[in-house]
Amino acid sequence: MSYRLLSVDKEGLATSPGLKERNYLGLSDCSSVDSSTLPNAVPDSDKKSSLNFKATELRLGLPDSQSPQRETDFGLLSPRTPDEKLLFPLLPCKDHASGNKRGYLAKSGSNNAPAAKAQVVGWPPIRSYRKNTMASSTSKNTNEVDGKPGLGALFVKVSMDGAPYLRKVDLRTYTCYQHLSSALEKMFSCFTLGQCGLHGAHGRERMSEVKLKDLLHGSEFVLTYEDKDGDWMLVGDVPWEIFTETCRKLKIMKGSDSIGLAPSAVEKSKYKD
Amino acid sequence: MDRRFPFKVLEHIFSFLDVNEDRNSVSMVCKSWFETERRTRKRVFVGNCYAVSPLKVARRFPKMRSLTLKGKPHFADYNLVPDGWGGYAWPWIEAMAARRPLLEEIRLKRMVVTDECLEKIAASFRDFKSLVLTSCEGFSTDGIAAVASTCRKLRDLELRECIVDDLGGDWLTYFPETSTSLASLDFSCLDSEVKLSDLERLLSRSPNLKSLKLNRSVTLDVLASLLRRAPQLVELGTGSFSDELDPEEISKLTKALSELKQLKSLSGLWDLLPEYIPVLYSVCPRLTSLNLSYATVQMPDLIDLLSRCSKLQKLWVMDLIEDKGLKTVALCCKELRELRVFPSGADLDETDVTLTEQGLVSVSEGCQKLESVLYFCVQFTNAALVSIAKNRPNFRCFRLCVMEPFAPDYRTQQPLDEGFKAIVERCKDLRRLSVSGLLTDKAFEYIGVHAKKLRMLSIAFAGDSDLMLHHLLSGCERLKKLEIRDCPFGDTALLENAAKLETMRSLWMSSCFVSFGACKQLSQKMPRLNVEVIDEHPPKTRPDSSPVERIYIYRTVAGPRQDTPEFVWTIHKNPEVGVSRLSIR
Repeated sequence: MSYRLLSVDKEGLATSPGLKERNYLGLSDCSSVDSSTLPNAVPDSDKKSSLNFKATELRLGLPDSQSPQRETDFGLLSPRTPDEKLLFPLLPCKDHASGNKRGYLAKSGSNNAPAAKAQVVGWPPIRSYRKNTMASSTSKNTNEVDGKPGLGALFVKVSMDGAPYLRKVDLRTYTCYQHLSSALEKMFSCFTLGQCGLHGAHGRERMSEVKLKDLLHGSEFVLTYEDKDGDWMLVGDVPWEIFTETCRKLKIMKGSDSIGLAPSAVEKSKYKD
Repeated sequence: MDRRFPFKVLEHIFSFLDVNEDRNSVSMVCKSWFETERRTRKRVFVGNCYAVSPLKVARRFPKMRSLTLKGKPHFADYNLVPDGWGGYAWPWIEAMAARRPLLEEIRLKRMVVTDECLEKIAASFRDFKSLVLTSCEGFSTDGIAAVASTCRKLRDLELRECIVDDLGGDWLTYFPETSTSLASLDFSCLDSEVKLSDLERLLSRSPNLKSLKLNRSVTLDVLASLLRRAPQLVELGTGSFSDELDPEEISKLTKALSELKQLKSLSGLWDLLPEYIPVLYSVCPRLTSLNLSYATVQMPDLIDLLSRCSKLQKLWVMDLIEDKGLKTVALCCKELRELRVFPSGADLDETDVTLTEQGLVSVSEGCQKLESVLYFCVQFTNAALVSIAKNRPNFRCFRLCVMEPFAPDYRTQQPLDEGFKAIVERCKDLRRLSVSGLLTDKAFEYIGVHAKKLRMLSIAFAGDSDLMLHHLLSGCERLKKLEIRDCPFGDTALLENAAKLETMRSLWMSSCFVSFGACKQLSQKMPRLNVEVIDEHPPKTRPDSSPVERIYIYRTVAGPRQDTPEFVWTIHKNPEVGVSRLSIR
């Protein structure tokens, strides 16, 4: 049975030539949606011009796959309110590092600049209590909680040269560089010793703490991070709060590879308080 | 001759009925049974505080000792209900204070509770024992202090995920100075610090305390000292678990935990660091309930913990558990009945997805007693759903949240219709279902045909047309609560199945295509329903054909409510009953 919408009253809507349909279902063979009967899309006349629609388009399919141009195939599922709200109200695009990272729709592909993420109210359905709890910083240094949409935990990947797999850490659970570095030491110690395994944490720690510290202080390994501009820097140069804001990824590099990251960095001690 | 059953005998028989549904059925048999039942009901449950008036409830149940109320619709949890909508506890507290002073227990969910309410409770019910507030808001720690200080027989004080105006930790000092009768204390949702000495003293004088849930600001270094004062605990919610401890402190904590011989439930564990996992080993074998949903521990560290929890019945965890961790659960936690997997936000880059549908399939295979699931996952397949259904026909609650709206089966690109069909076909006892992913009307046809015991259904971003709603309202006989967001159905199915709405507790629809005219018509046609149109930006003029943002429809014998805010329209408020331009087929 095809769906018929009552004729939508257009009074109160801003007039604009040429309503543009939005493609929200990136599949051409999806037979369940009969595009001909869906209502018209929302005019984008009053959208903030700074938004990049292509980047915010919702798509199905694997990440990084670029679906071909399908601008006019499907209509938009949207309540036609006089305010012309899109189904997924788009927040103004702020090139705000960590906030954007957690948008779960629209994948930005391999480019460096994070795309504006579409944020849907109340989706995924997680209680606000949980969202707030995850978002609030345990760090005593950070004074305010940014009104970040999404879940708020600052997970960054940590890789290490020669290690078989990545780990992830939540930067919010650490209060300073020292804290982070000891945690990373513990996490990656098994690799430097050449043993990986699920031994009791105590045994592993005791032995490896000493060794890794020595290795690190002996310039064998260096902790670096990729910031929001895509540059690799040595960890420890900027104040902790700024670091948590800009850090995208962490990498434990061999000392020799880190030459040239920052001129004076090789001489500097790796872990500042 | 009086052929009726003697009142005393009937009363005695009814005293064995503790399920309210049974009591409701019994009270409908005849007048004398109604009378007997109402005089003996001690625990009263009102699923929608606007469905009936407080006065009527107070009058009907003279022996009431416990009152449970629910206020806002469930989707309020996800910010879909604007602030100020309603759900005020005050009229109920006022009515009970005046008429039922022997009330001992009040349990509120999603209601607005003010300090005034709490003070009224403290002042009015001399035997008050139990206050449990879940997802409530509107009060401060002053109100809690009032309850703590005045209710001398207080046994339970539980604030579960409430939004509290936290004015500081002083409230803890207001409990009676001599021994307290506290059995359960949950202040996990409060932000501010409580003084360690106050807490220690409270624990020392609360010999009956069985359940203690601390807030996050209680640091790890003081936990051992607290636990030593409450070795009888059955439920423990720790505070933060991420502070740095020296080896001596670690060993003290390990010992203190191992002394909790009766501990069955563990929660809190905020930011649990992997190196502290061994500290928990001693309690694992006895645990029946473990809440790791705030513990940012990842794999493989989680395995160390989970593999020791052979008696676990309830597990809440984040997706950091990954498929590997769930495999361990499937192997080791054979008693598991309830599993919830929440998104951590960590795995948004899909090249790295490590929690997939396979995790749930493993658990459904290995855990024979599993009956309740809440699973957040980025994508899913029909095949997985079919396996899950085959493995576990005993599901009573199945909530799957595929986080990508409209996501099809990622292997076949088909809608997830067949998968959910398997679920409703096989799980004959299914009471609660949440669907997600790409779904056509067919999925809802299957649900309508098979899910005969379904009580609550949540839908988002699904379906194609009015048929979807029609299938549900005409098929699901036991449906009590239906909540829908962002689905493309309109007026027809709603109006055609209007009568069904009186058999349900409530229907929520937001961002669908229901028109204002239909809402008016429904209101006129069904006087025993309250039809609320909730529009945060109501226009000056509203043509009948304009779609509304949100509708909340519920049956009621209390008539229109008097406390609607500006942004809620009901027909009683605005009686511009025009002639609708709709024609219903």
